[in-house]
Amino acid sequence: MDFHYSEDNLMIRSMVKEFTDSEIRPIAAKIDEEEKIPESLKTKLAEMGLLGTLFPEKYGGGGFGEIGYCIAQEEVTRACGSTAAFIGAHQSIGSNAIYIGGSEELKQKYLPQLTSGEKIAAFALTESGAGSDSFNLKTTAVKKGDKWILNGEKLWITNAADAQVFSTFARTERGITGFVVEKDFPGVSIGPNEKKLGIRGSSTNTVFFEDVELPEENLIGADGRGFLIAMKTLDAGRLGIGAACVGAAKEMIELSTKYANQRIQFDQPISKFQAVQFMLAEMTTQTYAMESMLYRGASKYDEGVDISTDAAIIKLYCSEAISEVADKALQLHGGMGFSRELPIERFYRDARILRIFEGTSEIQKLIISRKTIKQNGAWKI
Amino acid sequence: MKIAVCVSHVPDTATKVNVGSDGKSIDPNGVTYVLNPYDEFAIEEALKTKEAVEGEVVILSVGGENNKETIRKSLAMGADAAVLLKSEGELDSFQVARALADEIKNQNAQLVFFGKQSVDYDNQIVGQLTAGILDYNCISVAVDFKLDGDKIIAEREIEGGREVVETTLPAVVTAQKGLNQPRYASLKGIMAAKRKTIEEKDAQIGESMVSIIGMQKPAPKQPGKIVGEDASAAPELARLLREEAKII
Repeated sequence: MDFHYSEDNLMIRSMVKEFTDSEIRPIAAKIDEEEKIPESLKTKLAEMGLLGTLFPEKYGGGGFGEIGYCIAQEEVTRACGSTAAFIGAHQSIGSNAIYIGGSEELKQKYLPQLTSGEKIAAFALTESGAGSDSFNLKTTAVKKGDKWILNGEKLWITNAADAQVFSTFARTERGITGFVVEKDFPGVSIGPNEKKLGIRGSSTNTVFFEDVELPEENLIGADGRGFLIAMKTLDAGRLGIGAACVGAAKEMIELSTKYANQRIQFDQPISKFQAVQFMLAEMTTQTYAMESMLYRGASKYDEGVDISTDAAIIKLYCSEAISEVADKALQLHGGMGFSRELPIERFYRDARILRIFEGTSEIQKLIISRKTIKQNGAWKI
Repeated sequence: MKIAVCVSHVPDTATKVNVGSDGKSIDPNGVTYVLNPYDEFAIEEALKTKEAVEGEVVILSVGGENNKETIRKSLAMGADAAVLLKSEGELDSFQVARALADEIKNQNAQLVFFGKQSVDYDNQIVGQLTAGILDYNCISVAVDFKLDGDKIIAEREIEGGREVVETTLPAVVTAQKGLNQPRYASLKGIMAAKRKTIEEKDAQIGESMVSIIGMQKPAPKQPGKIVGEDASAAPELARLLREEAKII
């Protein structure tokens, strides 16, 4: 067992932190307020390599794998949940579906444009009648000559307003199948931005497909084999969500502790009160557990081991824990936590989606218990 | 053309430092070390120059094993090669300059960038000493730099303004804040830096000319006191300034 960050890991963390502190943190409140990530920031993210961290260098990526990606996401989330959601939807699911399931030709065609940030990706699975119940997809793809004709609509698609490339899942005669759909293909249209509680700078829209013609080469993997690709992609996505939770939790601890040391009541800093100390102790303990399980899972992922159960556990625990940590941070700050003057209320709002997207907490529990029951309770994770 | 950048590994300006048990050095426990902030301007200017003319940027640093962290960051920003001139213990400015001059000569670097000072000991002299030893021209505290063939036109920050100076290669230039906007080390840069080797040599330091005999922290500041919030507090303020602070 090795529970140490490598020198590379520490280097990524310090460099992403340096970038984040000067380029993202100062505009994070504005991103939330204006519900938009400025184009200039997207360009800088691309230049830093933050849009391709986890992919191999041969596809133009950073070559840092899941661990490096999670470290970078932690640091970005410490400043801005919207920006982290943008990066996550682009890398961890949008581009990753192509990386996990696509042929070498498809990877060569799309990944270099995506890792460089020339194009932005989104992952389009959810529909009105199919979110967690992915088998119930109504979007269809029908073969006509050497083309596929795509029809349907996808809901709640993160990055839809920013993306040029959609990893889309549709039903064919053989079952669920993945396709790369470009925004510029005739028949693709994007609905208005959803107005949301949190991660307001990240775009969420409906995507419509009306007789969209797709070339055969844009199939992700084999016809009818898309379900597994979608699920494997979501496993990776769930680790990334764990990273966002860990980053946000560390930020909450730091802000709360500084505030508690400086806020005077009854002639002493409130950090002298046991009630406050216990809050900080609980936040720290939860974050320690989150960080430990996240990197256990990420390191297994980098070894190529199946992590479906691990990812569900990490997603469930970390998203529930960050909700509690952000709630305690807000309580500890009192009125100041409720005010938009400080970032606490933004983190509190941004945290809420983490229990919902890429599978709700309840769905994660189904995944976890299925495995436990199948193994008759034998410990094998 | 070979361009050298001399970098130092210094305590992060945000870290609180304490005097070590020997009473004449910094206690390294709990101190985070970083690339000297002024050296970032030096690296950026070297990289810009390299991009403009055919060149290679080599990083030089005098110190121990820990300096490698700073060297790797410099490589991740885009420098091509690095030499760690190994030495243990504290050195004076002249020893550092001698070691650097020796390696600059060895590398045959015609243009050398330094930060205008290291934020640890603040001697602000190593660049100039190195130029002296090498018999290179020297421009210190540069806020603008242009290279045209062998000719350098630079601007220096002086009291109340800027002066424009001109010299020729070979030269040492020390960088001031404002010279440029240092680039971030990108994630690709970190990967590329892993493939670059850091050459290690013993530093040729020679005799020391200055030794530190003692180090102490400044006396702690007294907490402030609010006497009142309007004009009625003026008499009490005047009394305190006279009787307690004894400054009027």
